[in-house]
Amino acid sequence: MNPPSSSAPAETSRPEHLASLASEPEIHPSGLPVHRRLTDLDPVAARRAERQVAALFALSALGTVIFLVGYVAFPLGQGTKDPASLVWSNRLLGGGLALSLFCLGAGAIHWARKLMPVEELVEERHPLHSSAAQRAGLVEQLAASGESTGFTRRKLIKRALLPAAGLLALPPLVLLRDLGPLPGRVLRETLWAAGVRVHSDVTNQPLRPEDIPIGGMVPAIPANLKDVPTENGAQLNARAKAALLLVRMEPRQIVSQQGAQWDYQGILAFSKICTHVGCPLGLYEQQTHKMMCPCHQSTFNLADSAKVVFGPAKRHLPQLPLTVDAEGYLVAAAGFAEPVGPSFWERGGA
Amino acid sequence: MSGLANGVEGAVTYVDDRTGVTKVVKKGMSKVFPDHWSFMLGEIALYSFIILLLSGTFLSLFFKPSQVEVIYNGSYVPLQGISMSEAYASTVRLSWDIRGGLVMRQIHHWAALIFVAAIAVHMMRIFFTGAFRKPRELNWLIGVGLLTLALLEGFAGYSLPDDLLSGTGLRIAEGVLLSIPVVGTYLSFFAFGGEFPGADFISRLYIVHVLLVPGIILALITVHLMLLVLQKHTQWPGPGRTESNVVGYPLYPVYTAKAGGFFFVVFGVTALMGGFVQINPIWLYGPYIPSQITAGAQPDWYIGFLEGGLRMFPNWEFSLWGYTLTLNPLMAGLIIPGVMFTALGLYPFLEAWVTGDRREHHLLDRPRNHPVRTGLGVMGATFYAILLVGGGNDLIAVAFGLSVQSITWALRILIFVLPVLTFIVTKRICLGLQRRDRDLLLHGRETGVVQRLPNGEYLEVHAPISAEERAALLAHEVQRPAELPPAYDETGIPRRTRRLDRVRVRLNRWYFGDLVAKPSPAELEAAQAHAVGHGPEATRTTPELEPGRAPSSPE
Repeated sequence: MNPPSSSAPAETSRPEHLASLASEPEIHPSGLPVHRRLTDLDPVAARRAERQVAALFALSALGTVIFLVGYVAFPLGQGTKDPASLVWSNRLLGGGLALSLFCLGAGAIHWARKLMPVEELVEERHPLHSSAAQRAGLVEQLAASGESTGFTRRKLIKRALLPAAGLLALPPLVLLRDLGPLPGRVLRETLWAAGVRVHSDVTNQPLRPEDIPIGGMVPAIPANLKDVPTENGAQLNARAKAALLLVRMEPRQIVSQQGAQWDYQGILAFSKICTHVGCPLGLYEQQTHKMMCPCHQSTFNLADSAKVVFGPAKRHLPQLPLTVDAEGYLVAAAGFAEPVGPSFWERGGA
Repeated sequence: MSGLANGVEGAVTYVDDRTGVTKVVKKGMSKVFPDHWSFMLGEIALYSFIILLLSGTFLSLFFKPSQVEVIYNGSYVPLQGISMSEAYASTVRLSWDIRGGLVMRQIHHWAALIFVAAIAVHMMRIFFTGAFRKPRELNWLIGVGLLTLALLEGFAGYSLPDDLLSGTGLRIAEGVLLSIPVVGTYLSFFAFGGEFPGADFISRLYIVHVLLVPGIILALITVHLMLLVLQKHTQWPGPGRTESNVVGYPLYPVYTAKAGGFFFVVFGVTALMGGFVQINPIWLYGPYIPSQITAGAQPDWYIGFLEGGLRMFPNWEFSLWGYTLTLNPLMAGLIIPGVMFTALGLYPFLEAWVTGDRREHHLLDRPRNHPVRTGLGVMGATFYAILLVGGGNDLIAVAFGLSVQSITWALRILIFVLPVLTFIVTKRICLGLQRRDRDLLLHGRETGVVQRLPNGEYLEVHAPISAEERAALLAHEVQRPAELPPAYDETGIPRRTRRLDRVRVRLNRWYFGDLVAKPSPAELEAAQAHAVGHGPEATRTTPELEPGRAPSSPE
């Protein structure tokens, strides 16, 4: 931060790099380099520095005024209809604060650099460690004190104390038990079951096969999702597992699917939840029938049993068998045959 | 002057009568701190933490850590009438209806990014200058702990608003949790109070974010700084600076003005960013709905390396006795970062074991003088950088019109190749710089002045370097590589060495093997005499007669 300021006045016309020997006297007899600033030599420069510091502090005060003006001049909330008010409020508050803080700091630093003492001080380091005698004394005292309690001698106390102290680790762990229910089977269950209607996730209306054009993709949810109470996140939990993707292709384009006739006239339904770490899928390439996860780019070929063709996911997207009910609405022919979403230890199967 | 002294005297008397702190304060005031720009990196980390505490306190006055569903009716029109969690609604309200709320939120977010970045760069400074050596290994460990906590704290913070982006981040974290063998499902259910997303997590995360983690960070920072005061700051070698002193400016007044002023400068810059550079406009993302997603979503930068691991690691998954072991989230989310941070924490101890150096060090190393350490550091940084780039592979694909698959495959290969390559290149560069230092000491600096001698020969004039420079260049020691004891002892019987000792000696020779020798005193004297013979005036007319002489072989 403090390169030795060149003490050689411009009396020589030699290029500085040739005059390097002239820098020799800059080492003080104490061994430290001598720093000399213009402000130490020239009272005019010192007064100029003083004015600069004062100007910075004045600018800081100006910044605070700008902040206060911004606070009052740009009201937010229902009272104002103008969204630009937020932009200007933010600029004036942030800018005003920045000016006041920055200039306060810059003033202090300028003051220190130009006008405060420039001499470096030397502080001796002393060995961190204590003397060998002190150490030995402490070791002895610790050992003697330990001995005096009889901890090593009285085996019974030792045998009782250690397990008792160890057991104390259990209450904090046990107390955490009620943080949540045990997993049970809920990760394997979704709202989908035979006869559950497929609703569009956009309109929440039941879907007919003709609502889905060839090449189209429709996000869907089960009709019974709205019956799940919103309390305690139950509905969000159900949605996180039941979210569905409907795609339609020419039946001849379907290379394979996870069960015989699980499509309905080329309409296929897959879990929308990526089998990698659970992001909802969303990037569909209708020409190649590839579905990509925007999070980590796992890619599934929906025309071929939703097998993984790229990325970090290992398993295919579970397929939901589709059919139509008496009124011609798309319904699930059965629930999912396997758990949806990311892998977990108890999931089983490869 | 005397007026000031009178005023101060009253205060000193009052406090000292009640505490007797005069001696401590007096000693503390004259405590010396060396000056160097790189010593300010840790200060930036400290100051941004203070900014985080201040701005975060303001935010907590308005934020409601609750996942209860409410209907938004604030002044941001596109969200009006939409059902969302109270956490999200209160964050939108805080941004749109509270004056100064948005600027504070943005200051808080920018300060968090700066906090982690400053810790990382500060840590690199410590690493590359060898400031972690005895007696500072414990402070290094505290620093690794602080970095880990800072990542955790940052992730917890940006997960709180419960917007679509942060909810997706939590979903990924839950997926990683689920991948832990045996207990993963249970951990996830305990953390989220049941299934994801549940309704408990935001309030739990809130107390972790505003009390638990910052409390630990504050405690560790306190110990970190206490150790700094106790051990005194390291310093760069230079005239008058030795292993047994510290040269610099006193805490009061110079350092107080500089460091205190610097706090306001850091705060000012952060406020400027908060006012003018938008960050995390959560109202645009919408509330978190677990069936929705946006493309091109990015975490905060310091989580990017985990994201990159998740994108790059192969999709390995195994079935074991009817149980599922899914390796991608486990490796990328937990094991690889775990190994990285463990290696970081252990490095000072490993290096000390290899070098066999048990002495205290207070003078900093120039990175070039420890080519293997510097190479290893660059190697680690490269590994990290590739993971980070992997976290943005989709953005890179869009920006450069490349396929995201080929980027991923390229990175999968590069993560093995590039770190090795950068190690070799860095080590070579360091050794080259060592040779240049040696050259500077023996022959001085090239002046760029080329002269023609009477006999027609062209030579470049060399100027001697300053005493300060010379002191800095000569300060380090060149340690000789360790030797294995002779294979046979005096009686001709094969000597048995422990395998671990042989490994240590081999590593030691690798560590110190190629170092360039410093000029010996005799060589220096000869070079000096040579220069003095020409005299300062003569340097202008008579050139160095041996320009560019190759450094002699190590003594």
